Amino acid sequence: MIRAINRKLLRDLWHIRGQAIAIVLVIASGVAIFVMSLSTYSSLDLTSQTYFDRYRFGDVFAQLQRAPDSLVSRIREIPGVSQVQTRIVKEVTLDVPGLPEPATGRLISLPESNETTLNALFLRDGRFPEPYRRDEVLASEAFMVANNLNPGDFIGAVINGKKQELKIVGTVLSPEYIISLGGGAIIPDDRRFGVLWMDDESLSTVYDMDGAFNDVCMTLRREASLPETLQRLDLLLEPYGGFESYGRDDQLSYSFLSDELSQLKAMSKITPTIFLGVSAFLLNVVVSRIISTQREQIAMLKAFGYGNFHIVSHYLKLILSIAGLGILIGIGWGGALGISVTEMYGEFYKFPLIFFQLDFRVVVIGVVISLLFAVGGTFRTVLSAARLPPAEAMRPEPPAQFRATIVERLGLAAFLSASVRMILRQLERKPFKTALSAFGIALAVAVMVLGRFSIDAINYIMEHQFSIAQRQDITVNLVEESDYSAFHALRNLPGVMHAEPFRQLPVRLRYRTLEKELSLTGLEPDAELFRIMNADEKRVPLPPEGVLLSEKLAEILHIKPGEEIRVEVLDGRRQTTKLRVTGTVTDFSGTNAYLSIDASRSFLQEGPSISGAYLQVDEREMDNLYRQLKETPRVAGVTILKAARESFQKTVGENMLKMNVFNIMFGCIIAVGVVYNTARISLSERARELATLRVIGFTRAEVSTILLGELAIVTLVAIPLGLIIGYGFSAILSSALETDMYRIPLAFKPYSFGFSAVVVMVAALVSGLIVRRKVDHFDLISVLKSRD
Amino acid sequence: MSPLPHPEKPTPQKSVFHARGLTKTYDMGEVQVQALRGIDLELFEKEFVVLLGPSGSGKSTLLNILGGLDVPTSGTVHYLDQNLTAGNDAALTRFRREHVGFIFQFYNLIPSLTARENVSLVTEIALDPLTPEEALDIVGLKDRMDHFPSQLSGGEQQRVAIARAIAKRPEVLLCDEPTGALDVQTGMVVLDAIARVNRDLGTTTAVITHNQVISQMADRVISLSDGQISNIEHNTHKLSAAELNW
Repeated sequence: MIRAINRKLLRDLWHIRGQAIAIVLVIASGVAIFVMSLSTYSSLDLTSQTYFDRYRFGDVFAQLQRAPDSLVSRIREIPGVSQVQTRIVKEVTLDVPGLPEPATGRLISLPESNETTLNALFLRDGRFPEPYRRDEVLASEAFMVANNLNPGDFIGAVINGKKQELKIVGTVLSPEYIISLGGGAIIPDDRRFGVLWMDDESLSTVYDMDGAFNDVCMTLRREASLPETLQRLDLLLEPYGGFESYGRDDQLSYSFLSDELSQLKAMSKITPTIFLGVSAFLLNVVVSRIISTQREQIAMLKAFGYGNFHIVSHYLKLILSIAGLGILIGIGWGGALGISVTEMYGEFYKFPLIFFQLDFRVVVIGVVISLLFAVGGTFRTVLSAARLPPAEAMRPEPPAQFRATIVERLGLAAFLSASVRMILRQLERKPFKTALSAFGIALAVAVMVLGRFSIDAINYIMEHQFSIAQRQDITVNLVEESDYSAFHALRNLPGVMHAEPFRQLPVRLRYRTLEKELSLTGLEPDAELFRIMNADEKRVPLPPEGVLLSEKLAEILHIKPGEEIRVEVLDGRRQTTKLRVTGTVTDFSGTNAYLSIDASRSFLQEGPSISGAYLQVDEREMDNLYRQLKETPRVAGVTILKAARESFQKTVGENMLKMNVFNIMFGCIIAVGVVYNTARISLSERARELATLRVIGFTRAEVSTILLGELAIVTLVAIPLGLIIGYGFSAILSSALETDMYRIPLAFKPYSFGFSAVVVMVAALVSGLIVRRKVDHFDLISVLKSRD
Repeated sequence: MSPLPHPEKPTPQKSVFHARGLTKTYDMGEVQVQALRGIDLELFEKEFVVLLGPSGSGKSTLLNILGGLDVPTSGTVHYLDQNLTAGNDAALTRFRREHVGFIFQFYNLIPSLTARENVSLVTEIALDPLTPEEALDIVGLKDRMDHFPSQLSGGEQQRVAIARAIAKRPEVLLCDEPTGALDVQTGMVVLDAIARVNRDLGTTTAVITHNQVISQMADRVISLSDGQISNIEHNTHKLSAAELNW
């Protein structure tokens, strides 16, 4: 048996169903985004942790030139080390069937037993290579799928200067390569970069590395200190041409994933807060209105002995019913979105299998936060209803106080029609409410802007990086640094119209107690293909002496232009020198340092040498050039800029489109929620007044103008405000998403602002028209008869 | 109409309400209104009192204070031994819940609830209530129980309000212009219902009106003007609602 007071509740809810649904949707959206991002986060986290655990993903990684196997026992003696794995890793040029240009392969030696090794492989398809077979390899799944390869297919490879046919016998996944980034690439290009595994014996024979290794990986015991271990390992490896060792956080694929995870976490905070904030506001507006229309009902209930507690709990139940429904829908919706987004990630990252996890705690936190917003936003209003002295509640509200508006007081009254005056006075009479409505609509605009932000930012980076700063068609990396004859050879390849050399040096930069390892790039000062550009698209001149640093790098090292930085070369003769920092570059990816190629020569005390070249190529000669490059033993890898860009846009573009659809939907939900509610409430508050106008001869259109004109003004004021707020949210998100690897610029296209504004205006218009239909169907007599 | 459940014969002259020096000032927007200017008043058990006065004379304010809906700016009110002016909000709520039935000029029914449900609203929180059906039977609305307020005439709505007021078997029935919004015929039916409750249940009843005619039904008529009691009159010969000469 439902109590009478609860029946009233249900019927009240039914009466405001339109508004309630709008609010339910806003709450559901907020909860859905929250649950979606956190459940995707926890699913990816669980999936990757399980994967890393089961397949023994390393804790520490290091590369070196060449060290004897005997060094392994000394590495094992480092305190805290649990397991050590040494390998041979070599970059090779691949000739992939169906791919005109050469691809880059990373050839890794397979340990004897995959059961115990670190970074164990998951065999998706096929089999492991037979021992001592030099012509059998395993290949990474991403590469296989991108090139449409199957076990049993052959690919060509230039191994240690000799072209060779390799048979792919199996498709594998490796915890080291959940995302495969080739040398220096910032975006995955699975067609042109693949990881291959070959029998250990065979690989060491081919590269003359018998009894030696050039790559080490280890796991640590729980109590081990990472920095200490790294330091000790570096000491051991230094005589063998060791580069700086690093932990998981600096492992390329791992850090890519953790960046993604932290972005998901950031997203789970900002966007739901906006939605729940808006829903709290809407609930407050609606509940205030209900309470003010039910003043007499409240008084009657109190007259008959319902206490404050009853009244409060009655209206709280109303709020909780709306919030509860929103939360339920949001959880289901968010869970479903979480599954599809996790699957989307699963296609991007290579995991053996995906565990989807809707963390119970996430749900509980989501529920608690939404309820806090809902109740927090309305509690004062509800409490004021309960506190209403019953005798006072019995009387109608004192008449609203109006006065001439600012515009009229300025003496412009003559220019205003009665309708416009009514609109303006109404707005000015309740400045707080007007401001809140404007703020709510502004938030809808802001959500749209926030959604456009990621799209514009990524487009801007692509444009900046690949069209404005870097204009080469191909980057060729050589196996090792070579003299200028190699550059001349590259320049004379078929189709090459213009070539510029570069020199890359693994270095450690030190400033006071801070240090950072990276690849220092030497460029020609007047380079036209690879230009150093600031975010504002102004070229930064390369100084004849001294270095230019990424702004992010200068920030990490706490160094300012004008100061000197210590440079330690990490291979060859390990020269050290001091260079003056001449300036910083605002760039978006990686931590980079540039100097003139002549300056690099002078401190290396070597003749003209290059690590590779940037080439501008005649498109008609492209195939010819590719063919030649595939056969050139000294070429370690080729990066084709356009291809990389296209493959990126294909994968990321699709996802961005989906996100864009979501954002438009969410923006519209907020806009409709705010506008519809505001219009609906001013309609009910002013029904009598508007009906009176109809009775004295105003047309429906004129009456609608008075009602909706108010909203039109609020919407127009809200839009610029929303653009600014959206810009602010984007700035917050941009700094929340900033990592060493990426900086996301606040680069908006004017189109995005226009788009956001238009979508919200259309949503406002539609909700206005829905309310207008109600004005058209006014029952004039009954409106005038009823007491409120 | 069926017989009432607890018929009792009136035994007069026990004081139910005892008010001394009541004043009340309101802030109405930008205007201050002094509604009561020092009222001393006694209401006795089982009596039928009419509070008579023009609008603005303070009758509603006085009734609200007696019913625990409002508190005086100064002065004291006792209900039996209980000092209403000393009690907090919770005490006033309990007082209203246990002892008072209200009837308002505009009925104040919840539009979203049926007649029966409007009465249930009260019976669900009362200690020893009639059933909603019994209460509606008393006011002759047994066969209109499942109608919503919008489906009832004004008189019917007011009778639902009476059913709602008496369903808890209150000691006191306070009526604020109960016929103010009704035509003569319907008003008579409503007044008759109120008089029957007073007579048959022995409920102390105070009715506010500015209609002189109605005062002929009362044991005592208390006239108010400008926030003060101007006259108290005992009726030697009470008329029934049907006998009133409109």
